[in-house]
Amino acid sequence: MKNETYVISSNEKLARDIWRMQLVGDTSEFGNPGQFVNIALAGNYLRRPISVCDYDANSFTIIYKVVGEGTEKMSRMERGMRIDALTGLGNGFDTELCPKECTVVGGGVGVPPMYALTRKLVKEGHTVRVILGFNSAEDVFYEDQFRDLGCEVTVTTVDGSYGEKGFVTDAMEEGTYALACGPKPMLQAVFAKSSDGQFSMEERMGCGFGACMGCTCQTNDGPRRVCKDGPVFEKGAVAW
Amino acid sequence: MVNTKIMLNGIEIDNPVIPASGTFAFGYEFAPMYDLDILGSMSLKGTTAQARFGNPTPRIAETPSGMLNSVGLQNPGVDAVIREELPKLEKVFHKKAVANISGFSVEEYVECAEKFDACDAIGWLEINISCPNVHGGGMSFGTDPCEAAKVTAAVKKAVKKPVWIKLTPNVTDIAQVAKACEEEGADAVSMINTILGMRIDPKTRKPILANTMGGLSGPAVFPVALRMVWQVFEKISIPIVGMGGVASARDVIEMMLAGATAVQVGAANLVDPWACEKIIRDLPRVMEELKIENLSDIIGGAH
Ligand SMILES: Cc1cc2nc3c(=O)[nH]c(=O)nc-3n(C[C@H](O)[C@H](O)[C@H](O)COP(=O)(O)OP(=O)(O)OC[C@H]3O[C@@H](n4cnc5c(N)ncnc54)[C@H](O)[C@@H]3O)c2cc1C
Ligand SMILES: Cc1cc2nc3c(=O)[nH]c(=O)nc-3n(C[C@H](O)[C@H](O)[C@H](O)COP(=O)(O)O)c2cc1C
Ligand code: FES
Repeated sequence: MKNETYVISSNEKLARDIWRMQLVGDTSEFGNPGQFVNIALAGNYLRRPISVCDYDANSFTIIYKVVGEGTEKMSRMERGMRIDALTGLGNGFDTELCPKECTVVGGGVGVPPMYALTRKLVKEGHTVRVILGFNSAEDVFYEDQFRDLGCEVTVTTVDGSYGEKGFVTDAMEEGTYALACGPKPMLQAVFAKSSDGQFSMEERMGCGFGACMGCTCQTNDGPRRVCKDGPVFEKGAVAW
Repeated sequence: MVNTKIMLNGIEIDNPVIPASGTFAFGYEFAPMYDLDILGSMSLKGTTAQARFGNPTPRIAETPSGMLNSVGLQNPGVDAVIREELPKLEKVFHKKAVANISGFSVEEYVECAEKFDACDAIGWLEINISCPNVHGGGMSFGTDPCEAAKVTAAVKKAVKKPVWIKLTPNVTDIAQVAKACEEEGADAVSMINTILGMRIDPKTRKPILANTMGGLSGPAVFPVALRMVWQVFEKISIPIVGMGGVASARDVIEMMLAGATAVQVGAANLVDPWACEKIIRDLPRVMEELKIENLSDIIGGAH
């Protein structure tokens, strides 16, 4: 973990309430896709955990949904402004556990971390099928970016206004190895349909680095901290 | 050269800064961030006789200048703490730590206290009779001076190490509870634990915390904590370990002026993992600025 200051190089709207921010600075602590940063915002006591969508040697990208006070503040920040973040948090996805063929499933704001993951899987020679789920056409983002990685991409919307109508699991083959991030009901449905896989959890956090026990979830290996032992858990450990 | 050393129940500590229970896990989590030996001491996660998962999540909520938690004493139980956590801590921390103990009966407090009393790594026993997040134990001992006295007497009889009683602010007269503990032989009181509070999400119209209520901590509570340390200092003569919203070297000095012999830092560690290191580094400079030569000289100095 590191505490670094980043300079915003862009902050733009991608879809309804969905924003992408690019930040320049030290990314030396960044590791597996699926890790997150914890962002300090002036006037808010707690930091905001946001997944790393992608990163390189001196910059990274986050995609966030405006849902409350903090993310609303973020959407008003401009190029050149500074952000303080704790970086290198969480375990992230372990691509070494993945078979040759696997399915990546992202739902809503669970999509961002799946981008760096997919890029890594493709680079390592996996055949990746990507399923992105949204509520409606106005919520869809990053379909092209995933396609540009050279994967087969299916988009589902609950109301059928874009892509295939239905839930991500409607587009998912039974019995595949799944890597998933999204709302809990989605994760549960993917869990049920998968043979094995890795699931990224979400929980309200006090610290984001393992000190407060605020984010604990029950697993088959006992209580585990989503921020430090997770957010990604193997299927065998997940206890809903 | 200024002197930050403090005597705490016959044990000299390098400075009065102690990370507070529940915000520093079992200490070793912070070892990659800075040299833990710079700390005065540290108070470990609240420990009970049996392992506890704690309360359902969400168990964290934000507040203006602070936070609520309803963790509810998640811990692996006293035996696992002694067997697994303390050895990991001893590798990275070479001073005496504070064991923070909770219970649901007088017997449970005594059982845990006896076990920690036998541990080399532990210098002090902090008896938490003030956890607002568990039912039928915790705070119910801390809100009644008679119950507080009973726990104090029973633990004191069973152990050799100095015993601190951690007090709850959720009472009308905290000095009365402190006095009751002092009369039964407590070696210090530590205060304050969190203040009971809650938040409601207007969108769902439901409490944010699954447990409905939780404990408030962070800078929001500093003036309340300071006031209570002041009041207790007027009534007792054993040391006070002050806490509640401390986030800077100046806050440490303010707490000591109100009457604290040592100071704990809680929520600040969660938003800035280096908070205690920064406070300790700043302390000599702020002392010089304020013309304080010996930090121990200012204890209760505002009275
Ligand atoms: C590991 C992890 C990764 C995440 N990655 C992303 C991401 O890539 N993109 C994205 O849009 N969102 C992500 N989230 C959710 C994001 O943290 C929340 O949407 C955000 O904190 C809301 O802040 P706010 O101030 O706008 O909302 P408010 O409701 O005003 O926030 C109040 C408090 O509740 C917390 N909180 C509220 N909602 C959530 C939530 N869903 N999860 C955790 N804490 C919450 C806030 O952090 C804050 O402490 C992630 C959450 C976690 C735990
Ligand atoms: C997440 C969290 C967990 C806590 N757990 C404990 C605990 O196990 N035992 C205890 O005595 N106090 C516990 N506390 C209370 C703190 O030790 C401290 O008394 C309180 O937070 C006030 O200090 P602060 O404002 O600096 O945080 C906890 C506080 C927080 C924020
Ligand atoms: S958020 Fe503090 S331990 Fe996970």
